[in-house]
Amino acid sequence: MKQLVNTRNTYGGTLVELGKKYPNLVVLDADLSKSTKTILFAKQYPDRFFEMGIAEANMISTAAGLASCGKIPFVSTFAVFATGRVYDQIRMDISYSNANVKIFATHGGISVGKDGASHQMIEDLALMRVLPNMTVLAPSDALQTKKIVELMAATVGPMYARIGRASAPLIYSKEDMKNLKIGKGIVCQDGDDLTIIACGTMVDYALDASKLLKKENIQARVIDMHTIKPLDAKLLLKCAQETNALLTIEEHSIIGGLGSAVAEQLAEHGYAKKFIRMGVKDTFCESGDPQDLFEKYGLSAHHIVEAAKSLI
Amino acid sequence: MTLYNDELIHKLELIAVKIRKHIIDMLFRAQSGHPGGSLSAVDALVALYFHHMQHNPKNPKDPNRDRFILSKGHAAPAQYAVLAESNYFQLKELKNLREINCMLQGHPVCTYIPGIEASTGSLGHGLSFANGVALAGKLDDKKYHVYVMLGDGETNEGQIWEAAATASHYRLDNLTGLLDRNFLQIDGNTEEVLRLESVYDRWSSFGWHVLEINGHDMRQILTALEESMHQKNQPTMIVLNTVKGKGISFMENNVDFHGVPPNEIEYKLAMGELNLLQRKLEAEG
Repeated sequence: MKQLVNTRNTYGGTLVELGKKYPNLVVLDADLSKSTKTILFAKQYPDRFFEMGIAEANMISTAAGLASCGKIPFVSTFAVFATGRVYDQIRMDISYSNANVKIFATHGGISVGKDGASHQMIEDLALMRVLPNMTVLAPSDALQTKKIVELMAATVGPMYARIGRASAPLIYSKEDMKNLKIGKGIVCQDGDDLTIIACGTMVDYALDASKLLKKENIQARVIDMHTIKPLDAKLLLKCAQETNALLTIEEHSIIGGLGSAVAEQLAEHGYAKKFIRMGVKDTFCESGDPQDLFEKYGLSAHHIVEAAKSLI
Repeated sequence: MTLYNDELIHKLELIAVKIRKHIIDMLFRAQSGHPGGSLSAVDALVALYFHHMQHNPKNPKDPNRDRFILSKGHAAPAQYAVLAESNYFQLKELKNLREINCMLQGHPVCTYIPGIEASTGSLGHGLSFANGVALAGKLDDKKYHVYVMLGDGETNEGQIWEAAATASHYRLDNLTGLLDRNFLQIDGNTEEVLRLESVYDRWSSFGWHVLEINGHDMRQILTALEESMHQKNQPTMIVLNTVKGKGISFMENNVDFHGVPPNEIEYKLAMGELNLLQRKLEAEG
């Protein structure tokens, strides 16, 4: 039985810990602190928490102003409001200005579920990836989320990270995360027949798929590519050399996110491998239970298995 | 109330003429840029940088400095000229406005131009940024004051009103806005493009202390800035009633000079007018 942990609680809890370590860490939220769990920080450090109301554009630019005075602002809201809605503010005030602002979005992807397509952000990785200076992260489980939040606070520069709404199964131990580095992917499962490269919530699905594939004697390597930008090209190209096919899976549009980043590297380095990008196929999804949505839109473990077999 | 002696006013007025000459020269050389809104903003910028603000060009990142944010980034030539005359960088940089491989970008960028606090040019962001700076000042119990200049057309942007609400909600009395009310934006008169009046009522109703002054009168500008420093529990908006293209007869209130630089004849005429004004002021001194 998988142990599920709410990564939003992990985020809020980690902020509280970091608040002690970094007196200059501040947090901003746009009327969603109960959902993003920044409320945990707000309770502990009310002076360093700024409730910005339902005014996300203002929140992003305000965070940049705080950063210009040496603060480390963590800005949180749902991924859909944290990126697309405020793209110009991020572009000018954070990316172009190279501001030390950390945008930490929750409710990324379609596992938002019943709120429907309006709230299911499937373009954020693409939007953030195209911005110069921006680091783009999608942690997969609670312990990785904790480590990523710690690294974000410790590393200077603009960063975007997204987690999902739903609780995520634990993949790692504390020990596993000790040496986690931004920009260095993790080999979660070794295998030589093909490589499955996943990020965020899809890492667990990829691992499930690899177990199913093993039963059919297909050895899938699984990579947790928690950093979409800068992409760990070294690890990727190693996988391209050592396995005959590659597959990417992300809770995001197949356009512009992890799959695109991988495809760009493979093509530029001359790897004409068998390759499939899995994700939301250039469409909006709909209301429904996350599991039903994953089933309908092709993101379940058995979809990965089918895709993997088609590559072998 | 502080009284400002004639000598100070005269000195600042002379600097303002010099800045206007730089602007015309820069835009003529670049053959690109925004004369109208640069010229209307000059006098307030001169009052801030050459008298009112506590700042240190030798240490542009001094944590205790007063901050100025140019939200209407297209008036960059005015700020660049003021920064150069304040010795943030060499005057000769002004000759290379908007040139490739040179420092002075078409719009301000904070990562490498000394004295620029925020990268602007996309309208509507600067007041929010200034709020962040003011919030940090409150948090750290710093004595610095934050100034932000907005274009009047710029206040069409919804983000300005998000920021206006925030500044008043957080009682940012360490923040002073300057609204360059020149009544013109690219497509015409502000009241015809998207009505702004009553500007006074709008800012008042958002919880701001509002002052309305002649934005080209040095004494009025200094007095208003001083008053805004002493305002408690609320931010102040100084509505600078200005003339777009101020100082050049054929550019004044002429919307065609929003984003079009002078040609050679216009350049000579403009410099002639400014030289005349400069000589007149010098003779008075």
